[in-house]
This record gives sequence, structure tokens and C-alpha cells, in this order.
Amino acid sequence: MAKIIVVTSGKGGVGKTTTSAAIAAGLAAGGEKTVVIDFDVGLRNLDLIMGCERRVVYDLVNVINGEANLNQALIKDKRLENLFILPASQTRDKDALTHEGVEQVLNELKESFEYIICDSPAGIEKGAQLALYFADEAIIVTNPEVSSVRDSDRIIGILHSKSRRAEQQLDPVKEQLLLTRYDPLRVEKGEMLSVEDVEEILSIPLLGVIPESLAVLKASNQGIPVSFDEQSDAGKAYLDAVQRFKGNDVPHRFLEAQKPGLLKRMFGG
Amino acid sequence: MSLFEIFRKKEKQSANIAKERLQIIVAHERAARNSPDYLPALQKDILAVVKKYIDIDMDQIHVNLENNNDSSILELNVTLPGS
Repeated sequence: MAKIIVVTSGKGGVGKTTTSAAIAAGLAAGGEKTVVIDFDVGLRNLDLIMGCERRVVYDLVNVINGEANLNQALIKDKRLENLFILPASQTRDKDALTHEGVEQVLNELKESFEYIICDSPAGIEKGAQLALYFADEAIIVTNPEVSSVRDSDRIIGILHSKSRRAEQQLDPVKEQLLLTRYDPLRVEKGEMLSVEDVEEILSIPLLGVIPESLAVLKASNQGIPVSFDEQSDAGKAYLDAVQRFKGNDVPHRFLEAQKPGLLKRMFGG
Repeated sequence: MSLFEIFRKKEKQSANIAKERLQIIVAHERAARNSPDYLPALQKDILAVVKKYIDIDMDQIHVNLENNNDSSILELNVTLPGS
């Protein structure tokens, strides 16, 4: 049975698109047929992060309006057999996405994919609400910072009241926390909220912690999902999160600050 | 650890302040989220009635709904201006 997963946060700039790309790539690399959909109509960016911006011909809105069929709009990733991207439209019409249209597209995708990742736009407007409405599971991307945590709590509230599962009184959407841009050194110094702090405030289970990492910008510069960079800390952390997402018990890494070596301690860093 | 850092430790760590502020605002917003939609409108109407007789401000009326197991308590708190 296909699973619909929304990657959401409320606040912008916390890493939803980076996470959508990295998780989708990780799932596809594990052999699961995966599609990742950009719901950010008007501000399309998943295509850039995935490195397929020059191959966009049709988009989600074209499919909804019947101007193209799904196979024409789906972009097959050049690196992974099982990975597909459905780009957002760059239209400025904010009513371009319709409830029925999105439902129809998702139903069609369910027939051939195992995982459908919905990359939500920031905010709590229509695009964000549609991205989460049909979800079975939600990955709540949060930075250890006050405005991000508050907005995440807001989005969790919307999942509780306005998702399809809530409205139809089905089993609730399974929510998991992904804490990104984590800096253990600053946490140690008491300058940043800790994983435990954020878990306690949001009270949802932890999927993973992604350390603040140079690899994320490097990957987005090149249009490569960061989980392809298996040598990097962020890449490893995302691949761990994918394993946990699939139900495997993987210990958390990168929660402690690297102890500076002898040389660094002597000469300063 | 330098001497300077020992002194600095006495200052409250900013992460702790962040946590406390978040716990308060999140609890407040969750309570508002779970309250029925009519509460703000009810509060406005009550204010209008009271205002007919006494000059008070919006923030001097608090309407609170508490749900217990088998009953709900609608609590109305009006702060009257000091005479």
C-alpha cells in the first residue's frame, strides 16, 4: 500500500525541500519506488535541489488542469532508477491547486509508487494545507530556534484538525520530528535548544537530528540530494533517518560536539 | 575554562530562556486551539453588554472554558476598574 508523507514545518527556510529531496533519494536508493512532489506553487525549488530544473516541461498544475498526463509531467531521476520528481508550477494563480485535483493525482500515483513525498510550502495557507491533507505520515522539520518550534506546534495542530485522517476520524497522521541545523557545540554551551528540549515541547517522536553542515549547501549548489553524499555528516544523518522511517532501529549520531584534538586545544581553533 | 567563562556561567543560559518562553506560549496556543470557535465572539458580546454600564477594555474580560470528564465550566472573569 502506497504511503503519502508530508514534509512540513510552518516556518520557511528550515530545510523542508532539502529534507524532501534527501529522504526521497534515500528511500529510492533502498529500492522503493518513490516520487517527490513540489507543492510550492509559484516558488518552485525542488527541481533545483534535485538537479532537474532544465528538464521541467509539465508540472503538477498542468496535470490537474488536464493539459498533460502524469507520465508527461513526472521527471525520472538520472541517478536512481526508482526516483521521480513532480515539479510545482510557476504560475502566480494561488488557486491553481484544487482539492479534487490533488486527490486525483495522488490516487493515480498510489497505483505505481510505494512512497509519495509531499514537499509543503511554508506558511499555513492553501498550498500547505493541501500538501498535508492527504498524508498518512508527517515529517515535521524544525530548527532548534524559538520561531521554528512554535510554528511546528501550529502545524501539528493543523494536522490534528484539518487533515483527511482527522476529518474522517481515521487513525491519526503519524507525526515525527526531524531536527535540522543542529549544532551540538552551541547546545553544550547553553546557546541552543537541545534535542530533548524540542522533543519535550512538541511531544512527538524523534525521527532524526541533522547537524548543521557545510555539505547541505554544497549539495544544493550542485543539485544533488545531500543523502547522496554518504561521506558527509548530514548525508549520514539523513540516511539514518530513512532507516528509522522504514522502522529500523538505528542509534542517533552527531548529538555530541566533536572533542577538539590535542593540537587544536594547544593552538586554538 | 577561562576565568571570564566562569563569570559568564552565572548569567542565565539563553537556551533555557528560549525553552521557558516556548513552553508558556505553546501551552497558551494549544489551549486556544482546543477551545470552541465561538469563545472570541462570546467574549466580544459580553464585553459589549458590560460596556453599556461600565467603561472597561477588551483585556479586562477573560472567558475560559474548562472541560472535565463529564462537565464543562464556562468561567467569566471581569476586572472592574478601581473605584
